[in-house]
Amino acid sequence: MKPRHRRLLIVGIGLLGVGAIIALVMNAFRSNLVFFYTPSQVAAHEAPQGRSFRIGGLVQTGSVKREGLRVHFIISDGSEQVPVSFDGALPDLFKEGKGVVAQGQLQGTQFMAREVLAKHDENYMPPEAADALQRSQQARERAAQSMKGTQ
Amino acid sequence: MIPELGHLSLWLALGVALLLSSLPPLGAHRQREDWMALASPLTVLLAVLIGLGYAALTQAFVFSDFSVAYVAQHSNRDLPLAYRMAAVWGGHEGSLLLWVMLLAAWAVAVALAGQQLPTALRARVLAVMGSLAAGFLLFLLITSNPFARLVPALPEGRDLNPLLQDPGMVMHPPMLYMGYVGFAVAFAFAIAALAGGELNSSWARFARPWTSTAWACLTLGIALGSWWAYTELGWGGWWFWDPVENASFMPWLAGTALLHSLAVSEKRGVFKAWTVLLAIVTFSLSLLGTFLVRSGVLSSVHAFATDPQRGLAILIFLVLVVGGSLSLYAARASSVGLGARFHWRSRETTLLANNVMLLAACGAVLLGTLYPMALDALSGQKISVGPPYFEAVFVPLMAPVILLMGLGPLMRWKGMESTELLRRLRWPLLLCPLATGLHGWATEQMSLAAWFGLLLAWWVLATVALEVAERLRPAAGQAWLARARALPRSVAAMLLAHAGIGVFIIGVTLVGSLASSQDLPLRLGEHTEVGGHRFELAELQPVDGANYRAMRATVKVSREGRVVAFLHPEKRLYRSQEMPMTEAGIDSGLWRDLYVSLSEPINEQADAWIVHITVKPYINWIWGGCLLMGLGGLLAASDQRYRRSGARHS
Repeated sequence: MKPRHRRLLIVGIGLLGVGAIIALVMNAFRSNLVFFYTPSQVAAHEAPQGRSFRIGGLVQTGSVKREGLRVHFIISDGSEQVPVSFDGALPDLFKEGKGVVAQGQLQGTQFMAREVLAKHDENYMPPEAADALQRSQQARERAAQSMKGTQ
Repeated sequence: MIPELGHLSLWLALGVALLLSSLPPLGAHRQREDWMALASPLTVLLAVLIGLGYAALTQAFVFSDFSVAYVAQHSNRDLPLAYRMAAVWGGHEGSLLLWVMLLAAWAVAVALAGQQLPTALRARVLAVMGSLAAGFLLFLLITSNPFARLVPALPEGRDLNPLLQDPGMVMHPPMLYMGYVGFAVAFAFAIAALAGGELNSSWARFARPWTSTAWACLTLGIALGSWWAYTELGWGGWWFWDPVENASFMPWLAGTALLHSLAVSEKRGVFKAWTVLLAIVTFSLSLLGTFLVRSGVLSSVHAFATDPQRGLAILIFLVLVVGGSLSLYAARASSVGLGARFHWRSRETTLLANNVMLLAACGAVLLGTLYPMALDALSGQKISVGPPYFEAVFVPLMAPVILLMGLGPLMRWKGMESTELLRRLRWPLLLCPLATGLHGWATEQMSLAAWFGLLLAWWVLATVALEVAERLRPAAGQAWLARARALPRSVAAMLLAHAGIGVFIIGVTLVGSLASSQDLPLRLGEHTEVGGHRFELAELQPVDGANYRAMRATVKVSREGRVVAFLHPEKRLYRSQEMPMTEAGIDSGLWRDLYVSLSEPINEQADAWIVHITVKPYINWIWGGCLLMGLGGLLAASDQRYRRSGARHS
């Protein structure tokens, strides 16, 4: 093989390798993205069935019920509520009336959480939960304004 | 009064840092020896002033001066003294002060150890570090003054976050920062070399021991953080691919590439431009890590407070440093040249390939960490990328790295005949499957992934064993002990660190595939079976700690009728913040950890609890491997060659 051909071969193999790496990364990335939905979006049937996603909001006061290992509670964004079930130990800072983010799948109207995310300061609000509350608040204000407009 | 003096001291330090970043390099430019000679004294002065500021803040913590806002937020009279001193870096302001103090300490070390460096180079290196210190001090003083007073003073502080009240957490941030800031030295050498236009292999020789030390500190810092998460978060996980963990892992990956690339640049004078680029990238990722963790843009365990103004300021600083250094690189790197030639069957090729793969892995982590943030900032859409992505990407990217890692040290520089390579490969090729087979056979319930992991681990260990055997074989009338003494430290360091990787892979593989765990409600006197062990909830007792009260359980663990351990998991409630905390009960061993944590009571009398029980085989091999890597890094930095090399060059 001429040196020039050999160089071409090496460059070709290198490019092929880099291409393979990029394909691998992008493919893994696409198939493992987890989207976030607010309780209002879940109520409006915007969230997918049978695919894992995240939901956030406040744990509704008085909604936490334990049956042995299984725990039921309601995540609310002020407008809509989503019932959640979870098997296992809840994080330390899970409390009624506090912000929470859960990851899992929707089965019918019930959200089956696989993971309830821990936050590590009692005054700290998970950004996703804060976002859900804010969006729901804005939606209600808009609704109130349009009501005024029609009157 | 003392806090004001500390504050003043930091302003003076800023003035000194600005002088340091301007006068000596101007001297180097105009060849004024007297200006260049100012670099070392100014560096020492800078470190002393920052040290005084740090001491003033520590004093406020030790004597619980709650008129200082930062102290009031992060300390409490009930907090034990050791944690009061560690609480200095428990929040944003103090941890930045620690960052810049460590930077100044590294600069002093460079000034003292580098007395034989060419004067102009030393002046430029110290000036780069001085300007970094100036940037951080400016940021600290303008956006996050740790000495700000609280009027009126609080009678009692808010206390340190209970999660941080742990020995692992006391050591984790300083160690990590030693690593981050240590890469500033390699960065400073690279910039100084670019600016001075003297990009020969000597800059690589100067930068190497500093990079090794920084890398070792970063390795140990990450390991400490992981160990802390394992013992304190109460779930028995050791790595979560959390954005903040990724923030420290990216500089580690780039730093590992830099470490190896520096070796090639020094020994063979090739990849010089690439190495300079890696030095810039590694430090930039360290800055990015600080930015991600301390600006609050992340939703993660570390995101204690959010302050977008600070985030913006660090972002501007980041853009200045990265943009400036990359422009300098673009302007100067073309003059560097390609260096010597080498055959494709050579050590250079394996190191280059490994460098590329490590950077690819780093890029994949960067994508998974930054993309969700970028999307949120640009469109407000919230997504997250979890462990499945990182695992799916990491295994295929790292497997070839591990293969090459075993192969590289067996190869010769410049190139070698394939027959010789095959002859050297004979033993590892025999030893690796043999050891894997024996190890897998002795371990129960091996999955396919576990076999693959073990194969990789034993491949590395077998090549290390071959290298040790060849280096120590009695030859030329020398016994093996004499040969061991004559072994260069850098070689011993490499073997130690590579063996560490092998041990680490064994740990990761076997924890991943053999761990068994269970969450279940357990009443007093009840028992359950997990991973071949019988766990019995034997006792529940309330206890009082210094600043918390707790429910303490005694769990009796037995195996085949014999009692092997008593575990004492606790559920604590910290008084000052009314914050609950899970303290796991762990019995550590070489072959397995028994791990129990209390989650919550399921009835009013609190005699039945949801309990999390795990048996984790080989988990300590993970930290053992990291420890070996860290020791390897430190050993490499202590190689005699570097201390003599300076003298040779003056």
